Amino acid sequence: MNAVQKGPAKGIKEKNSGGVLKYAEMGYWQPDYEPSDTDVVCLFRITPQEGVEPQEAAAAVAGESSTATWTVVWTDLLTAHESYQAKAFRVDMVPGTGAGTDTPAQYFAHVAYDLVLFEEGSIANMTASLIGNVFSFKPLKACRLEDIRIPAAYVKTFKGPPTGIIVERERLDKFGRPVLGATMKPKLGLSGRNYGRVVYEGLTGGLDFTKDDENINSQPFMHWRDRFLFCMDAVNKAQANTGEVKGHYMNVTAATMEEMYERAEFAKQLGSVIVMVDLVIGYTAIQSMANWCRKNDMILHMHRAGHGTYTRQRNHGISFRVIAKWLRLAGVDHLHAGTAVGKLEGDPMTVQGFYNVLRESYNHQDLSRGIFYDQDWVDTKKVMPVASGGIHAGQMHQLLSLFGDDCILQFGGGTIGHPGGIQAGATANRVALETMVKARNEGRDIDNEGPEILQQAAKWCTPLAQALDTWKDVAFNYTSTDAPDFAVTPTVA
Amino acid sequence: MRVTQGQFSFLPDLTDDEIRKQVNYAIDQGWALSVEHTEDPHPRNTYWHMWGNPMFGIRDAAAVMMELDGCRKANADDYIRINAFDNTRGVESIVMSFIVQRPAHEPGFRLQRQEGEGRMLKYSTSGYSMDRA
Repeated sequence: MNAVQKGPAKGIKEKNSGGVLKYAEMGYWQPDYEPSDTDVVCLFRITPQEGVEPQEAAAAVAGESSTATWTVVWTDLLTAHESYQAKAFRVDMVPGTGAGTDTPAQYFAHVAYDLVLFEEGSIANMTASLIGNVFSFKPLKACRLEDIRIPAAYVKTFKGPPTGIIVERERLDKFGRPVLGATMKPKLGLSGRNYGRVVYEGLTGGLDFTKDDENINSQPFMHWRDRFLFCMDAVNKAQANTGEVKGHYMNVTAATMEEMYERAEFAKQLGSVIVMVDLVIGYTAIQSMANWCRKNDMILHMHRAGHGTYTRQRNHGISFRVIAKWLRLAGVDHLHAGTAVGKLEGDPMTVQGFYNVLRESYNHQDLSRGIFYDQDWVDTKKVMPVASGGIHAGQMHQLLSLFGDDCILQFGGGTIGHPGGIQAGATANRVALETMVKARNEGRDIDNEGPEILQQAAKWCTPLAQALDTWKDVAFNYTSTDAPDFAVTPTVA
Repeated sequence: MRVTQGQFSFLPDLTDDEIRKQVNYAIDQGWALSVEHTEDPHPRNTYWHMWGNPMFGIRDAAAVMMELDGCRKANADDYIRINAFDNTRGVESIVMSFIVQRPAHEPGFRLQRQEGEGRMLKYSTSGYSMDRA
């Protein structure tokens, strides 16, 4: 614990005379500082320009992401200035960078922020502080926000997911297995009536959910009202065919809040259990939609459209684990978080780290999964991670083993591209899923016996046999861009 | 038709031996188990009849299989499911649910549409099994 410091920080006296000071000397570098239980703590990966000392670079990050400006100002003296100063308190060299490597020297800089810096319940405010200016700061070549510890006191000011994993399962009556979905394909060009056909076939064949893609909004080929009307007919008919609760993620992403509310309201009137938004609508819009969903018993699905522009490169941007933490607080019920085995970026351990952030009650430090800090979620509801993108039935054992039961497995091409038709594709996936869950529960070693277990089921399930045959050679084995780097010594907090 | 609720409805009906293995899995996790039955498997019929309270702290699947047998004898034409409950903080809900008996003939569901203003439709699902009486 560390109370607000008494007396002037280093350099504060010079403020009377104005001029440029080093950030470290202004009090933004405090190697003895121990973060308090109510501090926000951030881990930045920084690449300083040539000649900039790592401690000075870390102090500059602390300064520029809190109260500092490039020169000293006498008006600081009107404030309890030290409270508003972030403190860089630890700097470690990133393994595999610097002299003798191909990568310019990088450092992990740990920075602590007093809770007074942040507005309660506002992701917009937290992000404006932490990532507002600092990523463009010239003394750094590159900067990445790797992880964040949000104190319990701040977590409690957010409402979190409107529904959460537990309540979603209770509403849908689906327990003890991953939920099964598919994204409608082709993404573009289907009329409302044609589109509803794909929904109907997929749900009747055995899917729990079907999904609008991120860029399905209201284009010339399909007005949103048409899509909603046809899809809900498909959903209800599939429910009657199977006796199961079904759903279609109605993408209500639109240009304005007014338009999104109108679309969400129509989905509700038609009896949809779920609506969807894209990450690109922004944190404030997400928090507003979460409020709407909470008020209207609606599950909120989020597609992380656009995240790859800033999450993928290891040296600059924001790790998706930080985005995942912000979105759990902002309040989404589903979040695409990677597949590890599919067509999109994702090192398996790193992806497991994202899943843990979304659905554990408490994250313990786990450096190999990229979790640098303990994070207590103080009973915040859990987000259902979604595995989507280039996965197929033949990978069922790997998916179940990597991610467990509390996730949504979405096979788009892996359902709709089935040679026997969409219903057959859905059935193949559902049979593969149930077979694998049953085998795991029976104590079988699905990592090793998985392919054989699937082949056994394929003997009585022709659609599964066709699926396994069609996609047997499909794998996306590329080296991941974003894998964790970590020092051997554990970090604090 | 075949009601596909639960964890294993797309697989061939589980044998008693297979049911016992699933029950053992739940016992190993420290979960409580219950047997429930219904004549109305409507997708939103949450509360099936309880065949006794959930069984807490059991060590042997035989206890559950005995209850299941009793339920089957008394309700030969009903749907029967086994549920598992996890009381871990932050879960405190059902974590397994699978159908272990279904009637020889599953009559299915009627979907009714009520046309409203514009192209609005109100949907209502009802089980044909509830039509008798």
